[in-house]
Amino acid sequence: MRGVGVSPEAAEGTPLVSIRDLHFSRAGRTIFDGVDIEIRRGKVTAIMGPSGTGKTTLLRLIGGQIRPDQGTVEVDGEVVHKLSRENLFQLRKRMGMLFQSGALLTDLTVFENVAFPLREHTDLPESVLRNLVLMKLEAVGLRGAHGLLPRELSGGMARRVALARAIVLDPKMVMYDEPFTGQDPISMGVLVKLIRELNDALGLSSIVVSHDVRETLAIADYVYVIGHGKVVGHGTPEAISKTDSPWVEQFVQGLPDGPVSFDYPAPKFIDELMHGAKL
Amino acid sequence: MDWLQLLGHAGLSAFQRLGRGNLFLFQVLLGFPDLIRRFHLVVVQLWSVGVRSLLLIMVAGTFVGMVMSLQGYNTLVDFGAEDSLGVLVALSLVRELGPVVSALLFAGRAGSALTAEIGLMKATEQLAGMEMMAVDPLRRIVAPRLLGGILAMPLLAALFSALGVIGGYFVGVGLLGVDDGAFWSQMQAKVDLNDDILNGVIKSVVFGLAVTWIAVFEGYDTVPTSEGVSRATTRTVVHSSLAVLGLDFVLTALMFNG
Amino acid sequence: MHNRTLEIGVGVFVALGLAALLMLAMKVSNLGALSADGGYELTARFDNIGGLKVRSPVTMAGVRIGRVSEISFDNETYEAVARFAIEPQYNRLPKDTSASIFTAGLLGEQYVGLEPGGEEAFLGADDEIRMTQSAVVLEQIIGQFLYSKASEGEDK
Repeated sequence: MRGVGVSPEAAEGTPLVSIRDLHFSRAGRTIFDGVDIEIRRGKVTAIMGPSGTGKTTLLRLIGGQIRPDQGTVEVDGEVVHKLSRENLFQLRKRMGMLFQSGALLTDLTVFENVAFPLREHTDLPESVLRNLVLMKLEAVGLRGAHGLLPRELSGGMARRVALARAIVLDPKMVMYDEPFTGQDPISMGVLVKLIRELNDALGLSSIVVSHDVRETLAIADYVYVIGHGKVVGHGTPEAISKTDSPWVEQFVQGLPDGPVSFDYPAPKFIDELMHGAKL
Repeated sequence: MDWLQLLGHAGLSAFQRLGRGNLFLFQVLLGFPDLIRRFHLVVVQLWSVGVRSLLLIMVAGTFVGMVMSLQGYNTLVDFGAEDSLGVLVALSLVRELGPVVSALLFAGRAGSALTAEIGLMKATEQLAGMEMMAVDPLRRIVAPRLLGGILAMPLLAALFSALGVIGGYFVGVGLLGVDDGAFWSQMQAKVDLNDDILNGVIKSVVFGLAVTWIAVFEGYDTVPTSEGVSRATTRTVVHSSLAVLGLDFVLTALMFNG
Repeated sequence: MHNRTLEIGVGVFVALGLAALLMLAMKVSNLGALSADGGYELTARFDNIGGLKVRSPVTMAGVRIGRVSEISFDNETYEAVARFAIEPQYNRLPKDTSASIFTAGLLGEQYVGLEPGGEEAFLGADDEIRMTQSAVVLEQIIGQFLYSKASEGEDK
């Protein structure tokens, strides 16, 4: 058992996030059509799926930035979209989120970026605040970079700073939005290691949204694969690798053709060629 | 029928935007009391909208005053009324040109920068990131900028007018030989503190609110792409300039029709 | 962050702005010349005040000693009633002071000129100036001038 840092009142077995019968559509397009997901405490849970399946949307639903059309999203026993704004903000203090771009504040230094949530939510004396920030920066290996501005950081470093910022309030869970996208192999390796280590050392629960199959399967305790607005497969990484679902297999193996067709839906080619003038 | 539908659609979406804009302003204003405790946020904005527009406004004010003096002299001298040059320069600056021209310059200099800044923060997920850190960007980012704009605008307009009067004085008295005493005494006799100067200040506060409101709303409401941000920036300059000119007419009609 | 530079810069900006406002108030408008209170008021009745306005200057020997504070019309006597706000230091105007409405230059603005009399007693608050001379209306003068020219011509 790796995840042990659980608050006493929360029994190990109860899920931290439970999503039931989630329906969501935007601009007439159905994104989720009855999704059930449970995120257990202390685990790294991966949510995988091809681009455009609404993985980021799912994180925004958990964070309460958007509301589901139907179904419930429950975080730590509270239904997110039924909370008042104040309670929602209280809940968000217990969540950290790592955005794809890092979302660092461009006019603040690395140190001030990590200190930002502390300055906004606490009245800590400067010396305590400084120690806390340096500690979190040390955890991501960037203590030496505390004086730099975000524009002076590489993409991988920016994500690590954002990660330090996401954990500075000691949240219960951290959500990672495509943490591996566009990273070189070394920073990819660093991030994989950080996500796993921070999860275990700080007793977090982590949700990793990604389409990088290999890295994600390497760190996840449990995996959900979504497609067509539904959960098409879930299980431990081993189980997912050996799945017999053709859909999951295509995604995990990265096959160009399968249940997800290579071709974008189109009328018959021969018809279009014969009536080309219509275009 | 198509153009009717187009008209209806344009009308509806314009009203929707207006409604969103008002709601937005209301929510931002709710954040103002917080700013008293955290005034340093406003000070930073006074720097970026105020201090950085200072040179532009001062130079523009001086030149406008000098030109007014030259032009006014040519007209007044025909009636032997060149002693009224001070009145002419001061009244037009304090009532109209100071508030209006400095608001137009402010829209181009500070308004567009505000839109681009907030738009880019949205495009790079900084605003969403802030929300996830349980920080309300309307209070943390937008409210200080709005208040900064409202506070900076009357100061900038006053500087514009004051330097315009000084510029007009140098051209009128220094170059064209208008009598020094007549220049000031006629001005002081005709310019009223309440009717002219205070109304000018009220105008510039209203313009400051209008320009900054449009700028921050366009930034906040922008389509989060680089194209969206550049469109929003253009819209800010166009809309806020038009708003200033339109509001100026309304305010002038209300204030000076007696 | 260059916090100090920033704060000093903002301080300079605000100080400059306030100084400009102060200059507009004191130097450009009439606040500097107008003593707000402590003065006293006089009234005078005129048959015709011409272009006299509220805030027009009230002078004596060419020196401004007050302003017109109010102009009204008396429905009974069909006269214009003007009130003058006189500054407090000019408190030795004789009772028989007279008031006339003059024009500064040919087309200039109109103002009230006070002419001292010889009495020992001084005017006090809300006293009325008895002797007044109405504004000269340019059209009337031109009319009289033309009329007299015409009659001169007839005489010859």
